[in-house]
Order: sequence, then C-alpha cells, then structure tokens
Amino acid sequence: MQGYRGKGQGASILIKNGRVIDPANKIDAVMDIFIDDGKIIEIGNSLATHRSPLTTIIDASNKIVVPGLIDIHVHLREPGYEYKETIKTGTEAASAGGFTTIACMPNTKPVNDNQSITDFILDKAKKDGIVNVYPVGAITKGLKGEELSEIGELKSAGVVAITDDGRPVMNSELMRRAMEYASMFDLPVLSHCEDLQLSEGGVMNEGFVSTELGLKGIPNAAEIVMAARDIALAELTGARLHIAHVSAAGSIMLIRDAKKRGLKVTCETAPHYFTLTDKDVSDYNTNAKINPPLRSEDDLKAIREGLKDGTIDAIATDHAPHEASEKDVEFDKAPFGIIGLETALPLTLKLVEDGILSLNDAIAKLTINPARILGLNKGTLSVGADADITIIDPEEEWLIDVTKFKSKGKNSPFHGWKVKGRVEMVIVNGCPAPHLRR
Amino acid sequence: MSNRLKSKDLLGIKDLSADEILLILNTAESLKEISTRDIKKVPALRGKTVINLFYEPSTRTRTSFEIAGKRLSADVVNISVSTSSVAKGETLKDTAKNIEAMNPDAVVIRHQSSGAPHFIAKILKCPVINAGDGAHEHPTQALLDLFTIKEKLVLSRSPERSEEAAKELKGLKVSIIGDIAHSRVARSNIYAMNKMGMEVTVAGPATMIPADIRKMGVRVFTDLSKAIEDADVIMMLRIQLERQENGLFPSIREYSKLFGLNPERLKNVKKDMIIMHPGPINRGIEISAEVADGAYSLILDQVTNGVAVRMAVLHLLAGGV
Repeated sequence: MQGYRGKGQGASILIKNGRVIDPANKIDAVMDIFIDDGKIIEIGNSLATHRSPLTTIIDASNKIVVPGLIDIHVHLREPGYEYKETIKTGTEAASAGGFTTIACMPNTKPVNDNQSITDFILDKAKKDGIVNVYPVGAITKGLKGEELSEIGELKSAGVVAITDDGRPVMNSELMRRAMEYASMFDLPVLSHCEDLQLSEGGVMNEGFVSTELGLKGIPNAAEIVMAARDIALAELTGARLHIAHVSAAGSIMLIRDAKKRGLKVTCETAPHYFTLTDKDVSDYNTNAKINPPLRSEDDLKAIREGLKDGTIDAIATDHAPHEASEKDVEFDKAPFGIIGLETALPLTLKLVEDGILSLNDAIAKLTINPARILGLNKGTLSVGADADITIIDPEEEWLIDVTKFKSKGKNSPFHGWKVKGRVEMVIVNGCPAPHLRR
Repeated sequence: MSNRLKSKDLLGIKDLSADEILLILNTAESLKEISTRDIKKVPALRGKTVINLFYEPSTRTRTSFEIAGKRLSADVVNISVSTSSVAKGETLKDTAKNIEAMNPDAVVIRHQSSGAPHFIAKILKCPVINAGDGAHEHPTQALLDLFTIKEKLVLSRSPERSEEAAKELKGLKVSIIGDIAHSRVARSNIYAMNKMGMEVTVAGPATMIPADIRKMGVRVFTDLSKAIEDADVIMMLRIQLERQENGLFPSIREYSKLFGLNPERLKNVKKDMIIMHPGPINRGIEISAEVADGAYSLILDQVTNGVAVRMAVLHLLAGGV
C-alpha cells in the first residue's frame, strides 16, 4: 500500500561518517548506517566496510544524514490536472527536495472520494512514482460538503487521513459527524480552516497592503473562527484533528490552548508562512497568491514562535503547482497556490540559522512528527525501519531557479533567492533516487 | 524642476513625486486654454496613436481621454470589451501583445482588476496610462481634482504665479466621504494630497472603511458632520447600489440619512469650502440636487479640467518631450 517500493530489491549501501540526526531516537552524532534489502540493518560507529562486493559505500563526511523527509500536504494533481503536475513529476520534485514520502490531497478530478481513485493513485505511484505516496481521501463526496464519502472503504483502500482541503466543510454538523466517523478508523481529519462567507471574494490577506493595492482581503478571522470550531468539535468527538497550513497568530493561540488541555490536536505550517508576508504581494505577484494568504509581520512572528515552542508540529509544503499561463493573468483572476517541494528544506534550515529551531527540531518537523500525525511507520532511522534516508549538504549555497525544477509548476515566490543547504542524495526504500544531482 | 516624468507609464499617484505632480498640473494649466479656442487643436501628438482600452463601462473618463488625445491631434482608437475579442475569451496578456504588435504610442486602460495596468505595462513598450483599476488607483482623477482645487482655492485667492500658488495647497483640509474601501478615487487622492502636504480625512460607514487606512496618513470618521466641519474641500464618492445587497449598509434610505450631503448638513461648515464629486452622481442619495447644482459645487469644473489634465499626461508621456 505504500506505493513505491523501489525497483527490484533495495541495494546494499553503507553511508559513512555523516552527522546522523534521528530525532525519534535522540541521535545526533557522526555515525555510519548500513542498509540492505530496503531496510536499515545497522547504525553505529565505524561499521566494517567489507561486507560484500556489492555494497556501495557513500562517504557522507561533512554531510547531514536524516530520515527521509515527509511532506503531508502535497497536491499531485493526478488524476485530472496532469497539465499542472503528475504523480511522476510530483514525486520527482519531492525527491529533488529531499522528501521520500508525501501525502497527496484529494482535490483531483475526479475527487479522491472513493476506493477506485485511491487505487488509481497507488497504482500510478507504484509505476511512475519515485517516492512513497500516501493518498488522503475526501471527507465529503466531490468535496461538496454535503454527504460523507465512504470513509471506511477509503481507509481499506489505503488513505491515511481525510480532508476536504481547498474547501472547508462549512456545515458544522457534518464536520462533527465526519470526525466521529473517522475516529472509528483512527483516521486523522485534516482541516482547511476557512469560513467561506468571511473569505468570499478575497484574494490576499486583509490589512494595510490589501488596502493600498485595492485588493479584496481575507481576514485572519476567516481561519481563526474555523480553527476554533474544529477544536471544539475535536473536544466534542474525541477525534484526531490536524489543522493544515496554519497562517494566523490567532489560530496558533487556539491550538496552543487546545494542546495544553490535552486535546488530540496537531497542526502544520508551510515555509512561506514563516518566510514571507503580505508585503511580498505588493507588486501584484501572482506567485505569492496563496490560500490561506501570506499574512502580516505579526502573524509571521507568531508562526515562528509556534514552531519554536512546539505548538506547530510539522512543516508541510502545500505544494500546489499550476501551469504558467494560469498564473500569468490579473492578480484577482489567478488561482491560489504555490509550489514548495523543492524549496522547503533550505527555507526550514534558515530557521535553524536564525536561531528559531534547533537542527534536531527542524528535522523532527520534517520527519518523525508528520509521520506520527498520519500514523506512518516512517520518519526514523531505527534498525529495521524502511531505508528512507536523505543526505544533506548543510553548507552549500545555491540559487533557486524554477526553470531547473522537476515540478511542472514554476509558481514559486522564491525564484532567484540565494539559499543554503541542499539535498545531496535521497534513498527511498533502500534505493538511491534515480536522478542524483551528482 | 524637471520637465519630464521619470516613469514611462502613469500607473498610480503612489509612484509620483510632488514635483512630478506639479509638472503635470502646470502643463495642464498651459494646455487648458486650447479647449476654449475656436479651433480646439494643436499638433503636439500629430502622427501618434493612442488606444483607449476600456474593460469597464465609462462615459466620462473615456470621452475625456478621447477628446484630450484629439485636441493634441493624436489618432485615438477606442476598444471596449463588449465588442472586442476579449468577449471571446482572449487573455489580457494576449490582448496586450496584439496591441503591442500595432505599435501604439500610448495605451489608456480602465480595468476592473486592481493591478491590470501594471500587468500590461510590463508587456507594452509604449506608455500605459491607468484610467482606473479595480479599487486601486485612478491617477488622472486625483490630478484633475488637485487641479480644480488649486484653480478654485489657491489661484482665485492669490492669482500671481502658479508655482508659488501650488505651494499653498499645503495645509488645505480635504474630507472624502463614502465608500472608501472600494474607491480608487479615494486612494489616488489620498496619495496625491498627502504628497502636496494637504490634510485628508475620510468618512463613511464602518463597513466601507478599509483595514489600516490610517496608515495611509488620514483621519477617519464615521460621523459625517464631524468629518466635514473644518474641511476646505468636501469630496463625495458615488455609492454603488449593489453594496447594499452585499450587506455593507442596510438601505439607501439610511445611507442617505447618515452620509448624504444636503443643505442641512452644510450649516456648520466653512463658508468658502468647495464640494466635489468624481461622478456619476446619484442625485438625492450621496448628494442632494440642491448641493450638486449649488454654488459650492465644482462637479462640472472637474469634468472641464479632466480634459486639460489628460492632455497634459498624454503630452508628457507620448509627446516625446
């Protein structure tokens, strides 16, 4: 069910002398890792190099070796929108960005609200995908917010969560029932928090910048009121609630409080929310048009604070590719969304440089924490675990150039940025990803 | 003072310096007289092509630009959306590229999307003049408003040299009343007047005051009488009747009662204040007929001056000066 399992048997690989960071096992030391047949066999100091003539030895000196990164919020666009992205190009982008596992959102065409679509995605991922793909099913049929999908069947087909991402379930009663129903299967409910009446017609954050630009704003409250509602419903139902792409300071306060009260509430934010603000929209840049929108400086600070104190569990990209011509229009006509798979790692490492997160915490939010949210048996370097490994050169400086991206989408607000920290190698289920940079 | 504008385009007042604003006003002053001649034409833009690209219905602004262009001898072509390929689904980018291929000397654009003029200005080599984009800016309206204020309040009081007089715009108090949130006229005027050192107040229903507007350097009121009591200029904005359906105010009746300008409201204002309105007016709603047609009203002077200001802008941007 995990999609890609490597073409044939996983190789025999010895990764030597890397700085191994495995937050789940509280490891941060220079060590060697031996993998074979798709699993981690041994981890320790100075492992013997003469195992078999077939063992490939990788020198990871001065590199960081971490569990393969996990992105639990990706729009792969297939089926239906293959002109924007496919499972092939999306997983290639993931691999290039250091991600070995991704969860894909159900807003495809047709919507992933039934087992045949889930089957299709998993089959396609097995054939074309180069990283692990876990589908997320729709809460409601057709994402219409009217009646529940066959969540039990979706679960047995392989979905790891349910969401109507891109649209909220506006009917509070239906959301309550979805949470109750999902908890039978221990499926987390991923909530896109947006009150559609409050956000109606809005194209960017409501504030001074929207006032100056004469663009209709989306107030913070559009997110906050729904976060409050969903937390109340999580309390009522005991369900596992995961709040997606948190952007507003007020939501962070509510989630912090919910966690303090012991509710089963987790959340993620995306690199753009801790890196950019609504000022980045100032020249009507449609590549900075996202939903939820880039917020104010105060919100950015609150997001960073939430990352620091652990309120925000995970960093996910909300990778949302669009075809170039769709974004090359008037600002209010452009679709929402930006790509993120190939820029998330250096932007997250910048948080470490800025003293917001320790390297260990940064890696945890990209590995074990998202794995736990979706209940995936991934995100660690424990002996016996799937050999998903990302090797990072933390010092390499590079220029973000969307024309070199694997993703079909080029809609990134970070084009032209100089960043530090680059993926050196990705190993998925024991197999090095085919397009290594070197 | 330089005799040219820095940018190839006029996209908004925000990007202009105070000197550039004065340059446009002074140029307009010298061109205004042309419109009073028997033969209202000078050859300044002979052989130049000006395209009016209007995506929103407009009578006043489109006609004003057309007349301005023609009085400078430009060939003016009007493209309105309902009759163009835009109605067939052509994108703004393709429209702009096609216009570029016809080698125009200036494009005047009115568009319902904020930022649309900026978008086509990146594609077109010729000057792009913003004739109103969404709720963003309407720079020539603000310029003609300033021109009218200068003419009536400053030159009439101290008619010596206009450059001196322009400095006296400083300190004048202007109150803009109505739907500030959706008004490009308000935004352009706030920028323009702040750059001239004038003091701007805005007032309207709280539902139509946009977020953080104070940071643009204005005072904010929701009480009409307080907003206008010390004003030298009262500028009324048109209320869009469909805003009621969107729940921004309960009824035209109540709007008119709270924010309509009528003789009763004018009892406690400065004696020599003036009243302006960008038009088209809703008689009896935001402004009563007596006030609109009364002695203080400069609504038609604004229209006259609009031609002069647009001649100035076309001349400065397309005239090769």
